[in-house]
Amino acid sequence: MTERLASAQGAATARGLASTEGPATAGGPAAERPATAGGPAAERPAAGRLAPTPSHTVGPFYGYALPFPDGGEMAPAGHPGAITLHGHVYDGEGTPVPDALVELWQAGPEGSLAGAGGSMRRDPVTGGYLGRNGVDFTGFGRIATDADGHWAARTLPPGGPAAPTAPYISVCVHARGLLHHLFTRVYFPENAEANAADPLLAALDPARRETLVATAAPRPGTYRFDIRLQGEGETVFLEFR
Amino acid sequence: MSLTQSDIDHELTHIRESYDKARTEGAPAADHPSRDFAPYRSSVLRHPKQPLVAVHGDPETVELHTPVFGHTDITEIDNDLTSQHRGEPLGERITVSGRLLDSRGRPVRGQLIELWQANASGRYAHLRDQHPAPLDPNFTGVGRTLTGDDGSYHFTTIKPGAYPWRNHENAWRPAHIHFSVFGTAFTQRLITQMYFPGDPLFAYDPILQSVTEPAARQRLVAAYDHELSRPEWSLGYRWDIVLDGPSATWIEEGR
Ligand SMILES: [Fe+3]
Repeated sequence: MTERLASAQGAATARGLASTEGPATAGGPAAERPATAGGPAAERPAAGRLAPTPSHTVGPFYGYALPFPDGGEMAPAGHPGAITLHGHVYDGEGTPVPDALVELWQAGPEGSLAGAGGSMRRDPVTGGYLGRNGVDFTGFGRIATDADGHWAARTLPPGGPAAPTAPYISVCVHARGLLHHLFTRVYFPENAEANAADPLLAALDPARRETLVATAAPRPGTYRFDIRLQGEGETVFLEFR
Repeated sequence: MSLTQSDIDHELTHIRESYDKARTEGAPAADHPSRDFAPYRSSVLRHPKQPLVAVHGDPETVELHTPVFGHTDITEIDNDLTSQHRGEPLGERITVSGRLLDSRGRPVRGQLIELWQANASGRYAHLRDQHPAPLDPNFTGVGRTLTGDDGSYHFTTIKPGAYPWRNHENAWRPAHIHFSVFGTAFTQRLITQMYFPGDPLFAYDPILQSVTEPAARQRLVAAYDHELSRPEWSLGYRWDIVLDGPSATWIEEGR
């Protein structure tokens, strides 16, 4: 009887400890002091809002997990009016970043944001990647930079959101060394009038504004958009509130 | 390599003291790591120096919508990393479950969760991982799933090992699983890492310590959950993921 009571108490204590870091971290140079229990019961601070899970770097070894075949082939093959969007990712010394992951998300040419599933279709037989279905425009692209820090996507020109916002492609950049992803936007040089009225572009210093507008190069239908993470010509990065 | 753990520890202490001081002077808690976090050396040349430009919620912005992923993007066994090869992988079999929630605590349904990790000996199935620990022919370490109607997700995998990296001399990453998550808005995009409770390497790791707020750091640590352990099969860990950033549904509700 006593023994059973004791072991029940022991189990309860063990469960209590399990939800914190317990004693295991004692003795480290800066022992972790758990403020609250981890995993299951996310904290509820002010106004009923849950505190978010912190971001962390994608690290160097996502390459066999996140990129997928046809990741940059957003426009179905042979689609009239398809464009190529490409560029380099550079660090603060102007060195190309060979392990960045660029994600693109955009409206279709008619402005539809509905998108479609099937960006990363899986082969039900082998479990491998099947690639896109060649018909649907999903609006989503994911491209890992190559050894030269270069990325390229074939896509459709984005359709306009409601005025005064000019058409753009939304970009999310991940990389080793980047503890929290970065958002930016690609605007297009043809839309000079719409760009001039765009609230975001209009609010920027003219020199910085240019970092968000692709340049038509090296030939028609091809647009270059370099992403400079730091320093001279640093790309404008966005924060959504 | 001249940088030692004690150099890193000094930097971490200094940053922590500055943060604590700012907090006592009324600064808000930092939910996310600073992009500029020198103890993690790779961040030095890869963080913007200009402040981010704020974009306020307009439901027409592309970012308040999100890519769609459906059943064609997932095969049924994608969430069982132990059954992707003919044989059983080596290591301690675990199940990792939790819920994907928005900041109001509402479930995020039908969204894609991708994960990747090292094997039990701390080696990634990645060409550039040259850590001299064995590869496991029965373990690749990549999985994906769609969340259920209650925002829940479930993975079966093996517990990853700690591994060395070259940030400084004798740098070791605590065991962790990388997660990539989509919400109902692109602004909620999250890539992060889940840790295991009680890991003795926590205090030494500049990546985990880049989350300077202790309560936020704790949110990256899963809880061992005996209810999730399966008899004669696997140990259970529970880890809920809460997405940040505005979503279209927030605005509809007149936030
Ligand atoms: Fe890792």
